[in-house]
Amino acid sequence: MAQSQGWVRRYLKAFCKGFFVAVPVAVTFLDRVACVARVEGSSMQPSLNPGGSQSSDVVLLNHWKVRNFEVQRGDIVSLVSPKNPEQKIIKRVIALEGDIVKTIGHKNRYVKVPRGHIWVEGDHHGHSFDSNSFGPMQQPFKGQSKLTMEYLTFY
Amino acid sequence: MLRGALGKTFRLLGYTIQYGCIAHCAFEYVGGVVMCSGPSMEPTIQNSDIVFAENLSRHFYGIQRGDIVIAKSPNDPKSNICKRVIGLEGDKILTNSSSDFFKSHSYVPTGHVWLEGDNLKNSTDSRYYGPIPYGLIRGRIFFKIWPLSDFGFLRDSPNGYRFSDD
Repeated sequence: MAQSQGWVRRYLKAFCKGFFVAVPVAVTFLDRVACVARVEGSSMQPSLNPGGSQSSDVVLLNHWKVRNFEVQRGDIVSLVSPKNPEQKIIKRVIALEGDIVKTIGHKNRYVKVPRGHIWVEGDHHGHSFDSNSFGPMQQPFKGQSKLTMEYLTFY
Repeated sequence: MLRGALGKTFRLLGYTIQYGCIAHCAFEYVGGVVMCSGPSMEPTIQNSDIVFAENLSRHFYGIQRGDIVIAKSPNDPKSNICKRVIGLEGDKILTNSSSDFFKSHSYVPTGHVWLEGDNLKNSTDSRYYGPIPYGLIRGRIFFKIWPLSDFGFLRDSPNGYRFSDD
Protein backbone atom coordinates (compact mmCIF):
# COMPACT_ATOMS: atom_id res chain seq x y z
CA MET A 1 0.00 0.00 0.00
CA ALA A 2 2.66 2.49 1.09
CA GLN A 3 4.84 1.41 -1.81
CA SER A 4 2.27 2.29 -4.51
CA GLN A 5 1.63 5.69 -2.91
CA GLY A 6 5.35 6.42 -2.92
CA TRP A 7 5.41 5.48 -6.60
CA VAL A 8 2.68 8.03 -7.45
CA ARG A 9 4.40 10.79 -5.50
CA ARG A 10 7.72 10.16 -7.21
CA TYR A 11 6.02 10.18 -10.58
CA LEU A 12 4.30 13.54 -9.88
CA LYS A 13 7.55 15.02 -8.64
CA ALA A 14 9.37 13.94 -11.80
CA PHE A 15 6.54 15.27 -13.95
CA CYS A 16 6.59 18.71 -12.28
CA LYS A 17 10.36 18.89 -12.51
CA GLY A 18 10.25 18.04 -16.20
CA PHE A 19 7.37 20.43 -16.86
CA PHE A 20 9.11 23.39 -15.28
CA VAL A 21 12.23 22.70 -17.27
CA ALA A 22 10.67 21.89 -20.63
CA VAL A 23 8.02 24.60 -20.90
CA PRO A 24 10.16 27.69 -20.14
CA VAL A 25 13.03 26.42 -22.30
CA ALA A 26 10.70 25.70 -25.22
CA VAL A 27 8.90 29.04 -24.89
CA THR A 28 12.20 30.93 -24.66
CA PHE A 29 13.52 29.10 -27.70
CA LEU A 30 10.43 29.90 -29.75
CA ASP A 31 10.53 33.55 -28.69
CA ARG A 32 14.23 34.25 -28.95
CA VAL A 33 15.72 31.84 -31.46
CA ALA A 34 13.31 30.64 -34.13
CA CYS A 35 9.80 29.42 -34.72
CA VAL A 36 7.72 28.11 -37.57
CA ALA A 37 4.79 29.87 -39.18
CA ARG A 38 2.36 29.27 -42.00
CA VAL A 39 1.95 31.95 -44.64
CA GLU A 40 -1.52 32.86 -45.82
CA GLY A 41 -2.57 35.24 -48.54
CA SER A 42 -1.17 36.28 -51.88
CA SER A 43 0.61 39.54 -51.10
CA MET A 44 4.07 37.99 -51.40
CA GLN A 45 3.58 36.09 -54.65
CA PRO A 46 5.56 34.72 -56.40
CA SER A 47 8.15 34.48 -53.62
CA LEU A 48 5.80 33.01 -51.01
CA ASN A 49 2.56 31.08 -51.65
CA PRO A 50 2.95 30.78 -55.41
CA GLY A 51 0.21 28.17 -55.42
CA GLY A 52 -2.35 30.55 -54.00
CA SER A 53 -5.01 29.06 -51.75
CA GLN A 54 -4.21 25.47 -52.72
CA SER A 55 -0.94 25.28 -50.82
CA SER A 56 0.34 27.48 -48.01
CA ASP A 57 4.05 27.82 -47.56
CA VAL A 58 5.60 27.10 -44.19
CA VAL A 59 8.49 29.35 -43.19
CA LEU A 60 11.11 29.54 -40.47
CA LEU A 61 11.10 32.83 -38.57
CA ASN A 62 14.61 33.62 -37.39
CA HIS A 63 14.28 35.73 -34.24
CA TRP A 64 17.95 35.51 -33.35
CA LYS A 65 18.96 37.49 -36.45
CA VAL A 66 16.83 40.51 -35.52
CA ARG A 67 17.65 40.68 -31.80
CA ASN A 68 19.47 43.99 -32.45
CA PHE A 69 16.83 45.20 -34.91
CA GLU A 70 19.27 45.02 -37.81
CA VAL A 71 17.70 44.25 -41.16
CA GLN A 72 18.90 44.78 -44.70
CA ARG A 73 16.98 46.01 -47.71
CA GLY A 74 15.46 43.00 -49.39
CA ASP A 75 14.92 40.89 -46.26
CA ILE A 76 11.52 39.32 -45.78
CA VAL A 77 10.22 40.10 -42.31
CA SER A 78 7.19 39.29 -40.22
CA LEU A 79 5.56 42.20 -38.37
CA VAL A 80 2.60 42.97 -36.16
CA SER A 81 -0.02 44.61 -38.36
CA PRO A 82 -0.41 48.33 -37.53
CA LYS A 83 -4.12 48.11 -38.20
CA ASN A 84 -4.84 45.05 -36.07
CA PRO A 85 -2.40 44.11 -33.28
CA GLU A 86 -3.71 40.55 -33.20
CA GLN A 87 -2.53 39.84 -36.74
CA LYS A 88 0.93 39.36 -38.18
CA ILE A 89 1.86 40.23 -41.74
CA ILE A 90 4.84 39.10 -43.84
CA LYS A 91 6.42 41.66 -46.17
CA ARG A 92 9.76 42.58 -47.73
CA VAL A 93 11.92 45.47 -46.44
CA ILE A 94 12.29 47.94 -49.30
CA ALA A 95 13.90 50.91 -47.55
CA LEU A 96 15.53 51.76 -44.22
CA GLU A 97 15.56 55.03 -42.24
CA GLY A 98 16.75 58.00 -44.26
CA ASP A 99 15.98 56.45 -47.66
CA ILE A 100 13.60 58.12 -50.10
CA VAL A 101 10.98 55.77 -51.56
CA LYS A 102 8.98 56.14 -54.77
CA THR A 103 5.56 54.91 -53.69
CA ILE A 104 2.86 52.98 -55.53
CA GLY A 105 -0.63 54.12 -54.66
CA HIS A 106 0.36 56.21 -51.62
CA LYS A 107 -0.95 59.74 -51.18
CA ASN A 108 2.57 61.21 -51.56
CA ARG A 109 4.66 60.35 -54.61
CA TYR A 110 7.96 60.31 -52.72
CA VAL A 111 8.36 59.56 -49.01
CA LYS A 112 11.44 59.90 -46.85
CA VAL A 113 11.56 57.12 -44.27
CA PRO A 114 11.85 58.72 -40.77
CA ARG A 115 14.33 57.67 -38.09
CA GLY A 116 13.50 54.35 -36.45
CA HIS A 117 11.14 53.34 -39.30
CA ILE A 118 11.30 51.00 -42.30
CA TRP A 119 9.32 50.78 -45.54
CA VAL A 120 7.85 47.39 -46.36
CA GLU A 121 6.06 46.15 -49.46
CA GLY A 122 4.62 42.86 -50.60
CA ASP A 123 6.04 41.37 -53.79
CA HIS A 124 2.58 41.21 -55.36
CA HIS A 125 2.02 44.93 -55.95
CA GLY A 126 -1.59 45.97 -55.91
CA HIS A 127 -2.67 42.96 -53.84
CA SER A 128 -0.72 43.88 -50.77
CA PHE A 129 -1.58 45.74 -47.56
CA ASP A 130 1.80 47.33 -46.92
CA SER A 131 3.57 50.67 -46.45
CA ASN A 132 1.84 51.97 -49.58
CA SER A 133 -1.32 51.83 -47.47
CA PHE A 134 -0.18 52.57 -43.93
CA GLY A 135 3.05 54.51 -44.44
CA PRO A 136 6.48 53.75 -42.97
CA MET A 137 6.47 51.17 -40.21
CA GLN A 138 8.02 51.54 -36.74
CA GLN A 139 10.89 49.19 -36.38
CA PRO A 140 10.34 46.49 -33.74
CA PHE A 141 8.94 43.56 -35.67
CA LYS A 142 8.53 39.88 -34.96
CA GLY A 143 11.21 38.01 -36.79
CA GLN A 144 13.00 37.44 -40.02
CA SER A 145 11.81 34.82 -42.43
CA LYS A 146 14.97 33.04 -43.47
CA LEU A 147 14.04 29.74 -45.02
CA THR A 148 11.04 28.50 -46.90
CA MET A 149 10.49 24.82 -46.16
CA GLU A 150 9.05 24.00 -49.56
CA TYR A 151 8.69 20.31 -48.96
CA LEU A 152 6.30 20.92 -46.09
CA THR A 153 3.64 22.71 -48.15
CA PHE A 154 0.15 21.60 -47.26
CA TYR A 155 -2.25 20.43 -49.93
CA MET B 1 38.58 14.18 -11.04
CA LEU B 2 38.23 15.69 -14.51
CA ARG B 3 34.94 13.84 -14.99
CA GLY B 4 33.65 15.26 -11.71
CA ALA B 5 34.57 18.82 -12.70
CA LEU B 6 33.05 18.36 -16.16
CA GLY B 7 29.87 16.97 -14.65
CA LYS B 8 29.62 19.93 -12.29
CA THR B 9 30.15 22.41 -15.14
CA PHE B 10 27.41 20.84 -17.21
CA ARG B 11 25.06 20.81 -14.26
CA LEU B 12 25.78 24.50 -13.60
CA LEU B 13 25.20 25.30 -17.27
CA GLY B 14 21.96 23.38 -17.21
CA TYR B 15 20.68 25.29 -14.19
CA THR B 16 21.72 28.62 -15.73
CA ILE B 17 19.83 27.87 -18.93
CA GLN B 18 16.78 26.68 -17.01
CA TYR B 19 16.59 29.72 -14.72
CA GLY B 20 17.39 32.05 -17.60
CA CYS B 21 14.46 30.65 -19.55
CA ILE B 22 12.14 30.91 -16.55
CA ALA B 23 13.25 34.54 -16.10
CA HIS B 24 12.58 35.26 -19.78
CA CYS B 25 9.09 33.77 -19.55
CA ALA B 26 8.37 35.73 -16.37
CA PHE B 27 9.50 39.08 -17.82
CA GLU B 28 7.85 38.49 -21.17
CA TYR B 29 4.49 37.09 -20.09
CA VAL B 30 3.96 38.10 -16.46
CA GLY B 31 5.80 41.27 -15.49
CA GLY B 32 8.87 42.75 -13.90
CA VAL B 33 10.47 45.60 -12.04
CA VAL B 34 11.36 48.69 -14.06
CA MET B 35 13.30 51.84 -13.28
CA CYS B 36 11.95 54.95 -14.96
CA SER B 37 14.05 57.96 -15.85
CA GLY B 38 13.05 61.35 -17.14
CA PRO B 39 10.67 64.11 -16.10
CA SER B 40 7.84 63.46 -18.53
CA MET B 41 5.56 61.64 -16.07
CA GLU B 42 5.84 64.00 -13.09
CA PRO B 43 4.23 64.22 -10.59
CA THR B 44 2.96 60.64 -10.89
CA ILE B 45 6.38 59.07 -11.54
CA GLN B 46 9.54 60.99 -10.70
CA ASN B 47 12.98 60.50 -12.17
CA SER B 48 14.63 57.21 -11.04
CA ASP B 49 11.52 55.77 -9.43
CA ILE B 50 11.21 52.01 -9.39
CA VAL B 51 7.86 50.60 -10.46
CA PHE B 52 6.26 47.24 -11.12
CA ALA B 53 5.03 46.54 -14.64
CA GLU B 54 2.78 43.70 -15.77
CA ASN B 55 2.52 42.28 -19.28
CA LEU B 56 -0.72 40.33 -18.99
CA SER B 57 -2.91 43.26 -20.08
CA ARG B 58 -0.98 43.63 -23.29
CA HIS B 59 -1.35 39.98 -24.26
CA PHE B 60 -5.05 39.95 -23.49
CA TYR B 61 -5.60 43.34 -25.18
CA GLY B 62 -6.89 44.85 -21.94
CA ILE B 63 -5.09 48.22 -21.99
CA GLN B 64 -7.54 50.99 -21.15
CA ARG B 65 -7.71 54.77 -21.23
CA GLY B 66 -5.80 56.21 -18.29
CA ASP B 67 -3.34 53.30 -17.97
CA ILE B 68 0.35 54.10 -17.73
CA VAL B 69 2.19 51.92 -20.22
CA ILE B 70 5.75 51.14 -21.24
CA ALA B 71 6.20 51.11 -25.01
CA LYS B 72 9.06 50.87 -27.49
CA SER B 73 10.09 54.33 -28.60
CA PRO B 74 8.89 55.03 -32.17
CA ASN B 75 12.12 56.89 -32.94
CA ASP B 76 14.52 54.33 -31.51
CA PRO B 77 13.52 50.65 -31.25
CA LYS B 78 16.15 49.95 -28.61
CA SER B 79 14.76 52.32 -25.98
CA ASN B 80 11.50 52.36 -24.08
CA ILE B 81 9.13 55.18 -23.19
CA CYS B 82 6.74 55.45 -20.29
CA LYS B 83 3.51 57.40 -20.92
CA ARG B 84 -0.19 57.40 -20.15
CA VAL B 85 -2.80 56.17 -22.62
CA ILE B 86 -5.07 59.11 -23.44
CA GLY B 87 -6.98 57.58 -26.33
CA LEU B 88 -7.64 54.18 -27.88
CA GLU B 89 -8.57 53.51 -31.51
CA GLY B 90 -11.49 55.58 -32.67
CA ASP B 91 -11.26 58.15 -29.87
CA LYS B 92 -11.39 61.87 -30.52
CA ILE B 93 -8.20 63.62 -29.37
CA LEU B 94 -7.56 67.33 -28.74
CA THR B 95 -4.39 68.05 -30.66
CA ASN B 96 -3.68 71.50 -29.29
CA SER B 97 -3.57 73.01 -25.81
CA SER B 98 -6.77 74.20 -24.18
CA SER B 99 -5.66 77.84 -24.30
CA ASP B 100 -6.08 78.04 -28.11
CA PHE B 101 -9.36 79.46 -29.25
CA PHE B 102 -10.00 77.06 -32.12
CA LYS B 103 -9.87 73.51 -30.85
CA SER B 104 -8.65 71.00 -33.39
CA HIS B 105 -9.54 67.32 -33.08
CA SER B 106 -8.25 64.20 -34.69
CA TYR B 107 -9.29 60.58 -34.41
CA VAL B 108 -6.97 57.79 -33.33
CA PRO B 109 -6.65 55.28 -36.22
CA THR B 110 -7.48 51.57 -35.80
CA GLY B 111 -4.78 49.52 -34.10
CA HIS B 112 -3.15 52.64 -32.58
CA VAL B 113 -3.10 54.44 -29.22
CA TRP B 114 -2.48 58.06 -28.24
CA LEU B 115 0.07 58.53 -25.46
CA GLU B 116 0.82 61.61 -23.38
CA GLY B 117 3.09 62.18 -20.40
CA ASP B 118 1.58 63.64 -17.22
CA ASN B 119 4.07 66.51 -17.31
CA LEU B 120 2.58 68.12 -20.42
CA LYS B 121 5.11 70.94 -20.53
CA ASN B 122 8.12 68.62 -20.62
CA SER B 123 7.07 65.50 -22.50
CA THR B 124 7.75 64.25 -26.03
CA ASP B 125 4.74 62.12 -26.75
CA SER B 126 1.99 61.56 -29.31
CA ARG B 127 1.52 65.33 -29.61
CA TYR B 128 4.94 65.27 -31.25
CA TYR B 129 5.14 61.91 -33.12
CA GLY B 130 1.48 61.01 -33.53
CA PRO B 131 -0.41 57.90 -32.43
CA ILE B 132 1.69 54.76 -32.06
CA PRO B 133 0.65 51.21 -33.05
CA TYR B 134 -0.70 49.02 -30.26
CA GLY B 135 2.00 46.46 -31.05
CA LEU B 136 4.70 48.72 -29.60
CA ILE B 137 3.24 48.56 -26.08
CA ARG B 138 5.34 46.32 -23.82
CA GLY B 139 3.55 46.44 -20.48
CA ARG B 140 1.36 48.33 -18.03
CA ILE B 141 2.71 50.04 -14.91
CA PHE B 142 0.39 49.81 -11.94
CA PHE B 143 2.43 49.89 -8.73
CA LYS B 144 5.29 51.99 -7.41
CA ILE B 145 7.94 50.32 -5.26
CA TRP B 146 10.52 53.08 -4.69
CA PRO B 147 10.73 55.65 -3.11
CA LEU B 148 9.03 54.14 -0.10
CA SER B 149 7.34 57.44 0.71
CA ASP B 150 5.30 57.01 -2.47
CA PHE B 151 4.74 53.25 -2.21
CA GLY B 152 1.44 52.01 -3.63
CA PHE B 153 -0.85 52.08 -6.62
CA LEU B 154 -0.40 54.93 -9.07
CA ARG B 155 -2.64 57.96 -9.13
CA ASP B 156 -5.06 58.93 -11.87
CA SER B 157 -4.07 61.47 -14.45
CA PRO B 158 -3.68 65.02 -13.12
CA ASN B 159 -4.72 66.22 -16.59
CA GLY B 160 -8.31 65.00 -16.53
CA TYR B 161 -9.42 67.52 -19.15
CA ARG B 162 -7.35 65.73 -21.82
CA PHE B 163 -9.86 62.87 -21.89
CA SER B 164 -12.60 64.09 -24.20
CA ASP B 165 -16.11 62.92 -23.36
CA ASP B 166 -18.33 61.98 -26.24
